[in-house]
Order: sequence, then structure tokens, then C-alpha cells
Amino acid sequence: MDIKAYIASGILELYVYGSLSEKENAEVYLVLQKYPEAIAEVERIEKSLQQLSGAVAPEDTHDLFSKIENKIQTDSDPVIPIHRKRTNWTTYIGWAASIALLIGLFNQLNKNRVLREKIVKNQIEQQLLEGKINVAEEDLNTAKTILSVLRNKDILQIPLQAQQVDPNAYAAVYWDKENEKTYIDVAGLPTPPPGKVYQVWSLKLSPLTPTSLGTLDTFNENDHKIFSLANPNDSEAFGITLEPEGGSDSPTLEMLYTLGTVTS
Amino acid sequence: MQPTELIIALQNKNQAALKSIYDMYSANVYGIVFNILKDETLSEEVVQDVFIKIWNNSNSYSEKKGRFFTWILNIARNAAIDKTRSKNFKNTSQNLTIDYFVDILEDKTNFSSKIDSIGIKKYITTLEPLCKKIIDLLFFKGFTQKETAEELDIPLGTVKTRNRICIDKLKQVLEI
Repeated sequence: MDIKAYIASGILELYVYGSLSEKENAEVYLVLQKYPEAIAEVERIEKSLQQLSGAVAPEDTHDLFSKIENKIQTDSDPVIPIHRKRTNWTTYIGWAASIALLIGLFNQLNKNRVLREKIVKNQIEQQLLEGKINVAEEDLNTAKTILSVLRNKDILQIPLQAQQVDPNAYAAVYWDKENEKTYIDVAGLPTPPPGKVYQVWSLKLSPLTPTSLGTLDTFNENDHKIFSLANPNDSEAFGITLEPEGGSDSPTLEMLYTLGTVTS
Repeated sequence: MQPTELIIALQNKNQAALKSIYDMYSANVYGIVFNILKDETLSEEVVQDVFIKIWNNSNSYSEKKGRFFTWILNIARNAAIDKTRSKNFKNTSQNLTIDYFVDILEDKTNFSSKIDSIGIKKYITTLEPLCKKIIDLLFFKGFTQKETAEELDIPLGTVKTRNRICIDKLKQVLEI
């Protein structure tokens, strides 16, 4: 706690006035137990208020005390029996207090155990979260790489259109000619059936000469559905076919999913 | 200072302790009561009542609830406000011209030796009108922050900080 700011807030003046709520009073009392400078401030406030209110009193008031003394002496006799009764109460209160204390202690122990369990749980959760963060960071790095590729103006963008096999399929090729690399975005292709794999082809159009760029073996595992394949060819078009696992030497044209020509 | 030992002695019904407490706080009680009643005879009655209450109810005081000074302040304010409802008060209050502690202090020439009268006079002459009103309501009359804000038509949030500034000046002038 910033005790200087606390003192400067003016709460201690109100504490001495007695204008705080019971709850606020209890809070100030706790602060006073901790900070001697707060107590010193309360003493100063009280001293100055004693001067101020004392100054307002009309005259010295010593002669009043004898009257007060007379009144409390005449009252003091019947006080005694009340006292005797009270001793009973104090024993009851004593017992009640010790029972309350025991219950309190038991509660504390129980709370302690619950808190320890919570700590262990939190540690496990933290480890899980750390793992998740690592994964997220890797994902982020991949995404950043992809983004930098997409933003590069020297890269050719070739949309691949759907073919008869699946009219909903689509894909895109991003071709970095200078570095002889292609990035294949296949988010629009259906998941290949078991035992089958997509194969990417670079095509020369006349005469039609397909060259395999590779198979997308990790289609299911790759969340981005973007694959990077080397392409040293002077491609005129790109196509993607569904082939048996391991790929084929030449494309199965009945299983041509998407196709697009390079326009340049 | 909290007179801790005196309080314990008082709670054990030690009359000498009551006398010491009377010497320490009677002027404060008188000041608070007189500021509310503005009548010496009535105020003297109430001051006696206050110390009899302090004697009879000393066991209800606990340090956890607040300062002993504050506890006495509350008894004094309540006793004085009770008195304002009495018939005697209603008869005497009709020809009152003074409003609050500042008026009392401005007219006053005789001070007890315990009081830094030069400092107090200086404080009163340099104090802003708003400070005078805030101190009168919060300290002397025991208003809450909310009641003070409403009475003076100022935002609730400024009551506390403003009052702090007013009391800071008092401490400075009195070199406390």
C-alpha cells in the first residue's frame, strides 16, 4: 500500500471525526496496526482538533468535576449486583469463545488443504497452457511466413478451378519463380479418402507434358493446408489430381480436381 | 496520544482515572457541546451528562472501534443534539445570533492556558469560508460526508480531500 497516498486521501481526518462507517473504521484500524506513520498522522490530527474544539469552550471547566463526582458516587452502590451477574456471562462468553476458536482453527486447516490442492491443479494447468503457447507460437511463425509470401509482389498467383470430379473444389498456387518455389493452398479441397493422396503437377501445354512437383502426404496434419514445393520448371499450368498413396508417374486425368493456367 | 492505561483504569471504575480523562477532554467536550447549544448553562449540564455517560459506558469502548477521543466526541455530539430537543433549549435559542464555531472564536478573548490562542485566532482569520463550514459540519456537528455534501451543495468526492486541506492548514498554523 502507498501509505503516503492513503494519508493524503483525507480518510484519517474522517476517522478521527468519527464520520466513517463501521466497516471503513475497521479497515483504517488495520492500516494503523501496520503503518506507524499513519498513527503519527492520526495523533497530529487529534492534537490539532483538541486545540480547535478546546478553544471553543467558554471557560475553564474544572469546577464541574465535583458535581460529576457527586453524581457517580450516589449511583455507584446499585452497580454491584449487576457486576455479580455479569461474571456468569463472562464464563459463558469464555466458553463460547474457545468453541468458536476451535471451529475457526478447524476451518483454517480445511481451507489450507483446499488451497494446496488448488495450487497443484493450477500448476498442471499452467504446464498445459505453456504447451499450448508453444504450439501457438509455431503456428504464428508459419502464418507469418505464409503472409510474407502472399505479400511479395514478385510472386505469381494462379487460381486453380474446379473440375468435373468435384465442382466445389478449388485451390491456388503461389509461384516464386526466382527462388523456384511454389506454395499450394489446398484449403478448398476435400479430405482425400484413405489410401489416396493429392499430387501436384506442373504442366507444359503444347505438347501437354506433366511434371510431378510432389504429393501432399501431410494433408490431414497440416492445419493451414498450405504446402511448399520446389518448382524448377517453366510451368504453363498447374493441376492437382488424386492418386494412390505414393503418387503416380503420370496424372490420372479422371481424378483431376483442379486446374489453372499461368497468365503472364 | 491514546491514554491506554487511563482507559483501562476507567473501565475498572477508577475515579482518579475519570478525573484525568476529564482534565484531558472536558474542554473538547465543552467546545463541541457549546458550538451546538450556544448557551453556557445548558452546555454545562450536558458536559456533566457526557462524563457520567463516559463513566457508566466505559466498557463499551474498544480501541478497535476507533480513537478514544472519537468515542468521546460522539457521546458529546449526541448528548448536545438530544438537548436541542428539550424545552429549555427551544426557549433560549430564539435570540441566538451566532452560527458556528468561527463566530464564537472571533468574539472570544479569554482562552485556557492549554490553548495556542494566537495560533487559533490566526487560523480563523485566514481560513476560507468553505473550510469553516466543512469543519463545522463534519467535526463539530458529526455530519456524514454525504450529509455535508448535500448541505453545502458540493460533490461528495471533494468533501474528504477538501477537509484534509482545511485540517492541514490547522496543523501548519499550530505547528503540530
